[in-house]
Amino acid sequence: MELEYFLLLAAALFCIGIYGLITSRNAVRVLMSIELMLNAVNLNLVGFSNYLDPSNIRGQVFSVFVITVAAAEAAVGLAIVLAIYRNRDTIDMEQFNLLKW
Amino acid sequence: MNLAEGVQIVSFGILGVMMIGTALGVVLLPKIVHSAFLLAGVFISISGLYILLNADFVAAAQILVYVGAVNVLILFAIMLVNKQEDYAKLPGRLIRKVATAVVCFGLFALLGTMVLVTPWSLDSTSPAVVENTVIALGEHFFSDYLLPFELASVLLLMAMVGAIILARRDLIPESLATVDTISTSLTLPERPRELATLSSDNEPQN
Repeated sequence: MELEYFLLLAAALFCIGIYGLITSRNAVRVLMSIELMLNAVNLNLVGFSNYLDPSNIRGQVFSVFVITVAAAEAAVGLAIVLAIYRNRDTIDMEQFNLLKW
Repeated sequence: MNLAEGVQIVSFGILGVMMIGTALGVVLLPKIVHSAFLLAGVFISISGLYILLNADFVAAAQILVYVGAVNVLILFAIMLVNKQEDYAKLPGRLIRKVATAVVCFGLFALLGTMVLVTPWSLDSTSPAVVENTVIALGEHFFSDYLLPFELASVLLLMAMVGAIILARRDLIPESLATVDTISTSLTLPERPRELATLSSDNEPQN
């Protein structure tokens, strides 16, 4: 098993996440794409921790921090989606023109 | 190649195909509920990849936090905003999708060449040096990463309070405050749903 396989897999997952982030129109699916991208980052961190720093696993520490921040981000993001849905009565990303000049 | 390496390669292939397939399903499927359930498949296969990378605690935390908390939260959000709406047609949407796909493929090609060209300074020691990753992670958390650890707990508290503030309903307006008959000290100052719909019929939204 080589490090490059894991890095390529993480890069593919990250690119899928970017595609879903830009093209999807449902606001919940945008949050799911962000979760995909955070998981790709975590896979990179754990792979580096296993292959470059196996005696002193600092990458896993950082991946635990990333998991924490991802959970907080999911909670706040879904609360924002609920608030926008209650005000605007839609979850179409194309109709969210707040903060747009 | 001995038996262990063969098992590792086969399980890596299965997990990788499962992860990419379910991730494509999350992005491309038309129904949002199906993609929410496929997201659990992505998380579980990533957890299997962590086990292949000798990270057992992170694999367990992945399943607990992502499948147990984040995915359930996303399912609840889908149920709360469950609205079958047909999106209005937009001009130039196909061009936008194709352009995004081209950009994503370009980014993947760039990352792939970077990964393959770079000479990684691989550590030659065996990855089984740390026999118990939980003990090693705990030592890291409470010695040299103590400040980020405490900051993470503060961040979780802030996120919880912020999510409650953002997602709760509107406060009672002053005119309707007298209508509410039963108010103990335990009830939050929210306006009930039927009153909310009545008042939104009467007066326009500010």
